[in-house]
Parts: sequence; C-alpha cells; structure tokens
Amino acid sequence: MTVTASASEARSRPVQLWLVVWACALAAVLAVFLLQDRLPWAVNYPASAIVPVADWVSALMNLIKSNFSWLTRSITAVLGVPLDFALGLLAKNFKIGHGADMLVLPRLSWVGVCIAAFLAGRAAGGWKLGALVGGCFLYIALFGQWTSAMLTLGLISIAVPFCIVTGLFVGIWAWRKPWAERLLISPALDLMQTIPTFAYLIPMLLLFGNSPVSAMIATAIFATPPMVRATMLGLSRVPSEIDDFSEMAGCTARQKLWRVLLPSARPALMVGVNQVIMLALNMVIIASMIGAGGLGYDVLLALRALKVGEAMEAGLAIVALAIALDRLSQAIARNHAKGHVYQEVSPSFWRRYPNLTLAVAILAVTTLLGLFVPAFAAVPKAIIFTTAPLWKTAVSWITINFFDTIEAFRVALILNVLNPVRAFCEGFPWLGAVFLLGLAGYQLGGLRLAALAAALTVFCAVTGLWEKTMATVYLCGISAFIASLIGIPIGLMASRSDRVEKIVTPVIDTLQVLPSFCFIIPVVMLFRVGDVTAMIATVAFAVVPAIRYTNHGLRQVPPALIEAAKVSGCTRRQTFLRVQLPLALPEIMLGINQTILMALAMIIICAMVGTRDLGQEVFIALSKADSGRGIVAGLAIAFIGIVADRLFNAWTAKARARLG
Amino acid sequence: MADTTEQMLQTAGTPRDARPIKLACRNVWKLFGANAANFICQRDGKASMAEVAAAGLVGAVRGVDLEIRQGEIFIIMGLSGSGKSTLVRCMSRLVEPTHGKVEFEGKDLLKISDAALIELRRHRMGMVFQNFALLPHLNVLENIAFPLGIQGQDRPTREKRAREVIELVGLRGREHFYPRELSGGQQQRVGIARSLATKPEIWFLDEPFSALDPLIRREMQDELMRLQTMLHKTIVFITHDFDEAIRLADRIAIMKDGEVIQIGTPEELVVSPATDYVAEFTRDVDRAKVISARSLMRACDGAEHGGVVAPDAKISSFSADIVSAGKPFAVVNGSGKPIGEVTPQAVIDLLAGIERPRAGA
Ligand SMILES: Nc1ncnc2c1ncn2[C@@H]1O[C@H](COP(=O)(O)OP(=O)(O)OP(=O)(O)O)[C@@H](O)[C@H]1O
Ligand SMILES: [Mg+2]
Repeated sequence: MTVTASASEARSRPVQLWLVVWACALAAVLAVFLLQDRLPWAVNYPASAIVPVADWVSALMNLIKSNFSWLTRSITAVLGVPLDFALGLLAKNFKIGHGADMLVLPRLSWVGVCIAAFLAGRAAGGWKLGALVGGCFLYIALFGQWTSAMLTLGLISIAVPFCIVTGLFVGIWAWRKPWAERLLISPALDLMQTIPTFAYLIPMLLLFGNSPVSAMIATAIFATPPMVRATMLGLSRVPSEIDDFSEMAGCTARQKLWRVLLPSARPALMVGVNQVIMLALNMVIIASMIGAGGLGYDVLLALRALKVGEAMEAGLAIVALAIALDRLSQAIARNHAKGHVYQEVSPSFWRRYPNLTLAVAILAVTTLLGLFVPAFAAVPKAIIFTTAPLWKTAVSWITINFFDTIEAFRVALILNVLNPVRAFCEGFPWLGAVFLLGLAGYQLGGLRLAALAAALTVFCAVTGLWEKTMATVYLCGISAFIASLIGIPIGLMASRSDRVEKIVTPVIDTLQVLPSFCFIIPVVMLFRVGDVTAMIATVAFAVVPAIRYTNHGLRQVPPALIEAAKVSGCTRRQTFLRVQLPLALPEIMLGINQTILMALAMIIICAMVGTRDLGQEVFIALSKADSGRGIVAGLAIAFIGIVADRLFNAWTAKARARLG
Repeated sequence: MADTTEQMLQTAGTPRDARPIKLACRNVWKLFGANAANFICQRDGKASMAEVAAAGLVGAVRGVDLEIRQGEIFIIMGLSGSGKSTLVRCMSRLVEPTHGKVEFEGKDLLKISDAALIELRRHRMGMVFQNFALLPHLNVLENIAFPLGIQGQDRPTREKRAREVIELVGLRGREHFYPRELSGGQQQRVGIARSLATKPEIWFLDEPFSALDPLIRREMQDELMRLQTMLHKTIVFITHDFDEAIRLADRIAIMKDGEVIQIGTPEELVVSPATDYVAEFTRDVDRAKVISARSLMRACDGAEHGGVVAPDAKISSFSADIVSAGKPFAVVNGSGKPIGEVTPQAVIDLLAGIERPRAGA
C-alpha cells in the first residue's frame, strides 16, 4: 500500500521534471547541430576514429574458413545427401552413372503430388482445404513453375525437420536451465530475429560456398528461433497439476519430459512448426542469392533483367506455395489443439491411415505411369498457361496511360517528403542521437536500458556506418509511420464493425504469410527502382500488425467498462477517446512496435531495388563475399531493431503498469 | 448409501483407534521465500506468524503435527490459501518441507533416496487432482494404463488392469474416448481410476470434486464411499466444503494460516469447537446429521420410554420417530443396558437450532 501511495505521489512531479529535461536535451542537441562548424566530430563521426570492426570480423571469418575447411566440407557432404535425395525426388530426377549407360529414375509425378496435396488438405481440414491446397499445387503446375517450386519445396522439406529437432532440444535445455535461458538463449533469439535475412547469407556463402547446402543451412538457422520459443512456452504452460501427476505416477525425469510434458504441450509446439515452415519458405526464397535455386531464383533473375511478367508469375507461384503450406500446417495445428476424437481402432494399416496409404499408392502409380506417358512425368507444354505477356501488357498500358500521374506522385513524394526527412536524418548529430536515446532509455527503463540504447547506437557510429544507419532509420521510420497511419484506422474500423473485420481478417492473414520478396514485384513494375518503391513495398508488408493489434486491443476492452461509460452519459466519441483508446493503447503500441520491426526487415530486402542504406551495404558485401562488412552492417541493423524494440516495450510495460 | 456412511462413522469414530499409523507429520513446516530453511532451523522449529511475516516469508504450512491411521478417511479443511494443498504435497514430497519429518509407516520420507521415492510413488501412493490432470493426448484406456506403463508393464497386462478399474468406476464403453469428449464427472472418474490402477495403499485427493456441479459432486461422493467399502484405502482428502467433509470423514483437521487448529471427528468439531474459527466453520451444518444420541442424552429420570437407540446413532436417524412418539427414547449400550435417555424436547431444540443448557450434561 505504501508502495502505491509513494508511486502516485511521485508521478505528478516527474512528468513536469521530465518535460524540462527533454526540453533541455533537445536544445542541447540543436545547439550541437547549429555549431557544427565548431564541433564537426559531434555531428559526423570522424573517419580517423573509426574502429575497423569489419576488418576484424573478416580476419576471423577467414581464419575459420582456412582452418576449418575440412569441417565445412564434411558438413556439406553430409547434409548434401538428404538434400540431393529430396531435390531428386521432387524436382530433378535421380541420375545414376554417367554418359550412355546413365540410369535415370524419375522424380515424383506432378499429377501424383497434386493429388497427394489434395488428400493431405482433405485429411487435415475437409474438402474445402483439400481443394485449396490441391488447387494451389495445380496452379503452380499449370503456370509452368513446377520444377522451380519443387526445388523450393525440397529445400524446405529438409530444412524444416532440422529446425524442429534443433529448436525442440534447445528449447528443452533453456526450459530446464533458467540461467541459460536468461543469459544465453533469450538474447541470442532476440538477435537472431532482428538480424536481417541477407546477413545470414554472408557467412554461409563464405563457409559453404554458393550451393543449395549453404542455402539450406542459412534457412535452418534463420527458421529455428520460433521453435525454440514455442517449446519453452509450451513447456512452461503445461498445467502444474499435470506436472504433479507425472511425479506422483513415479516418472523418471526422462519419462516425465517425453511422455507427459511434451505431448501435453503439443498444440503450442504445432504453432511453432507452422511458424518454422513459413519462415523457412521466406528464407529459401531469399537464399536463392547463394544458390538455393527455385522460385526465388526465378524472381531474382527476372527482376535483374526487369522482366516484370516473369517476376510476377514466379511471385504468384510463391504466394500459392505459401498459402498452401500455411493453411495446411495451421489446420494440422488446430486439429492437435482440438484434441483427438474417438475413432474405431482397426488393426490394418490401410484402415488406420487411409489418406496416407492412398497418397503413397497414387504417387507410386502416377510416377510409374510417367515412365510411359510423358504427360505424367512433366507438365505438358500444351496445358501450360503463361500470363507473363498479359502482365507485361498491363504494365505497359498503365505506364503509357498513367505515366504522368505516377511520375508526378513519385516526384512529389521524393521532393516534399522523402528528401527533407532524409536530409534531416543524415545530418543528425550522432552524439545527439546517442544522448537522446540514452535519455529515453533512462526515463523508460532505468540505467540498464539507457546503457543498452546508448551502447548500441555508439556501435553504429564507431563502425563508420552512421550515415547509412540514419538512412535506414529514415526509410524505416517513414514507412512504419505511414503503415501505422493506414493500419490503425483500418484496425479501428474493423473493431467497430464485424462486417469490416470479416473482410479484413482473411486479407491480412494472407498478407502475413507472403514472403517479403513478393511485395517488391508489383511495386517495382509501377514505380521502378528507388526509395519510393522501397517505401511502398515496406508499407504494404508492415501494415499487418498495426491493423491486427489495433483491432484486437480495442476489442478486448471489457464490455462492462464501455457500458459503464455509456451509463454515465458519454457520447460515442467520448467513450472512444476516454475509455477505449487509453485502455487499448498498450496493445496498439505493441502493434506499432511490430510494424517497425517488420518495416526494418523489409527495408533491408529493398536493397535489391536500389536504396542507399545499411541494406545496400549488406547487399554489396554479399555480392563481394566481404564477410566483415556484411556482418557489421547486419549487426547495425539488428541494433536499430533492438533499440526500437526495447524502448517501445519499456514504454508499453509502463503504460500497462499504470492501467493495472 | 446413507447406512454405510453411518456405519463407517460409527466404527471409525470410536476413540483410541487401534489401527497402525500409516502416515505422520511431525512439526512440518513449509515456508516460501529466501533462506527459509535457515530461518526455521535457527528458531529450532518454532516461530510465530508475526515472526514469519517479518522475515518476509510466506508460511504455507506451520508446525503441523498429525497422524493418519491405516484405512482412515482423513479430511483436511480450511479456507482458500490456508495451506491444505501444500500440506498434502509435503506428505507426498511433491514439495520438500522446510523443516520437520514426514513418516510413512514409521520411515522418514524426507530421507529416502530419489529411486526409493519413485518406487514408493509408483506402487504405494496415488493422487487425484482438482482439475483432473488427464493427459490430453491419450484416451481413457491409455490414461488409466499410463502409470502402469511408466512402471514398465507390457501392454496386455496394463490394459487388462485398466479395464478392471474402468469397470470399477463405471466407465465401460468409454475406453476409447479422449478427455475432451467426457463430462467433468466422467473425467474425474478417469482420474480416480487412474490413481487406483496401481493399487496404492495411501490415496491423496486434493479437492477432487470442487470442479463439479453439486449433483455430480454428490454422486461422486457416494461413488467414493462405495469404493472405500471395497478397497479400504488410507485416504487423505482435501475439501472446502464442510458438508462433504461430514459425509465422508472419519476425522477432520481444520487449518488456518498454515496451522492445524483442531483435529477430531465431525461430531467433536461441532459439539466442542476449539476456537471461534472452528465454530464459524461448523455453524451452518445440519447438526442432526452429525450429533449422536450419546451427546444429547441425559440421565434417565424414570419416565416411560417410547423406543431404544444406540449411543452412536445420529439424531437425524430417529428424530421423526421420537417426535411422533412424543416420549423419551432410551439409549442402550452394546449389551442392551440403558445408559441414559433422549427427550423429544431436546431433539426438537436441536432441530430448531435452540441452545439450551442440557439437563443431563
Ligand atoms: N510456490 C509457492 N511460492 C510462494 N508461495 C506459495 C507457493 N505455493 C503456495 N504458496 C502460498 O502458500 C499458501 C498456501 O497455499 P495452498 O495452495 O497450500 O493453499 P490451499 O489451502 O490449498 O488453497 P486452495 O483452497 O485455494 O487450494 C498461500 O498463501 C500461497 O500463496
Ligand atoms: Mg489447494
């Protein structure tokens, strides 16, 4: 009681105190900015003082590379075996021997795979899901993307089990040893989830070369964190009574884990599996830059050659694959959460697993047929559609008829919004930023947060990346701002009307599963390369959490409170402003936080369309295989994300505590 | 059913129980917080509520002494947070007591090895949980057979045993249902069957029926009594509900703030509560069902008797007869000798809740 009393006493005073502090701080930073002739080192980090972290990292990586090539080579060889098998089975055929007496065992027939996909969908979620999943695969086949899509699928099918097993064991370890979780696993997961996808590729490229194996390793590392988190969460949420029961039944520690806790946590684990699959798909597409091949590579080639039609086609195939995999794994997760339903047990395998048996039989039959009927082995040319010319015509039509409008919009945006903000950001004194972020950290979370925010910002400056960092902050900030500006009102409308929510939900669900690559394609067709394209693609990618969290936050305000407001005579507007909004604010802030993080991830990928920020730095490092440069830039990006995330979280936690 | 309850109470309520002690707590403490063990050792196992609170500790169980006899239904009661669950968890060593001894058949449970503890839990202890704690991924049969599987029994043996207990708790036909497909009462039957599958000697039930609605709860109480007449387990049973306690209990321990305030038969608690707190607990009880003729009788004053009753007969079992007869009933002991009488007026007073100084007391 004394605590709350002193807290409420202390509250009114510091608010004003903090206002004064902030005013002074801003004035000081402004002074530094105005005096930049006198204090140039405070605005632009002096080149002479740059710490060559990049060189050190490069040296380290080279050391590893030259001393451990036996290790990397054997890893490549070992992992290559299952990967080659999966790729051969799905996409490439098996070639045994050489030259004239080469024996070719065919890959699985596309007809069989489509039917198997349909059966899997039907088993997991009924006819509708079956039709959706089967339809997606059929679409891929008919639109001529079969081989590429199966390459992508093959990589995923090997990477995902690896992620699941690793994630499970790491998660169990972290759950068993709280110190490991706190000191090791949690920070590592945070870092892994904010390091941009590109940055993963660089060390893999260096260590394992340009090959599907190195793409698969990058994918596996990138997609593991959600499984670790899901395992930790699932295990810690097992009801304590079930834990007690396992003790009372006399389980040994191992029996308890494997026979009681993990099975009870299965619904949470399945959610993790779904996330792993979607992240793996996202990463496999991006890893096409280091030799993954498949759909991502098609998009990449088409984008480089500015063949919009082809890029669009491959992009849509990615969308189809993403939707099929997402809906399928979600349905399976849901089935697990619902629990089992009584079924007659039957001794025969066929009766117990009718869909599985049927799928295997159909795959075998169609593949064998493919030996004699070519239409089963490869999608016949005659039934392949191509929409590429259509897209091309559409784009040309738009550019011819609306060129002036689009161009005017683009130029106006650049001149009036982007360039001024960019100039402001890039001219911002680094010392001032360190100071202000440290101050914000101190106000929101105390000394530790202040130190963290300041230290991470200092890192960006002393590695000589200040200007590029601010270029990233500028694009990411503007995009996140616009995304919030669009997303929050939509979320608001959705929260007020069930009809709107019904329309919005499937759209954002779909947007969310699309790999980030897909967002660039349509925008680049209309706006060509540059900051505007990057911004629009990023907004489209990052708008989802703003909508989702706003809607959710407003909807979870207890109806009793709203009724209380109405009874005391509030108008609709007053109810909204005085009751709903303040209560939903923490949740909305969480949404904005997510939006910022997603915008950051996307901005980096937009380096492909010619931005001039840290992403470009990573991108260049990737093409030059310059590991030090790429990793340091990647870390700088991760640090931007971590600073933003920590400050936002501290702020939200404070707001939550105030609301009780 | 009511008869069996009363028979049980009669046999068990006899003072000076000769049955061997199955489980005993000797000055058991459980304190939550930093350095709790030091705190209580330094004070030699004695500390007041205020001292505990001043040290920043939570006194979940404080200085509990009790003995539970073989074949007894021992009920632990108290308000929420009074430490009932913690005490029972100390008895089964699910939580490690901070201080004191728990003796299982005279052996100190806290000193035995982990392997011995696992062995003990596998074969001699069973527990039923408030929220059933069924494994969601196993069906009824598999859930019930699970503890046997843990012991390493092969599938036919454990399924045979599981079917036996399914029969016992009346769940035949549901063997292949999953927990989600069962009602609360059915789920708890599975929980009971599962804990019985290993033929435990001592059976812990932590508010097993609290999550059920009143009708089902009554049905489950009857079920428990039926099982007990067949199985004769030593039962430690936690409940909030005094009516449930008097229906089932041989003896009841009342807890408050981690301490056991009074241990006694339901009648002892009603007739002579140790503190106001206990009196408060027993206030709304249907006294006629708890109080026996022995407590209400007075010395015979020579009037004509309308009938005879045993000293342990509950008032409710003859109240209608005595009121309609309008004459005192003689209380006779085992050899048929009258030892006192109960007047209709005393019974009416008791039923009406009027306290009058008892003439023969
Ligand atoms: N792990 C723990 N850490 C700290 N305090 C605990 C812990 N477990 C229990 N307590 C405290 O010990 C006290 C007794 O808890 P316990 O669960 O034994 O009560 P209970 O009588 O079973 O209550 P209920 O009827 O609600 O089940 C409570 O004050 C509780 O807050
Ligand atoms: Mg309890």
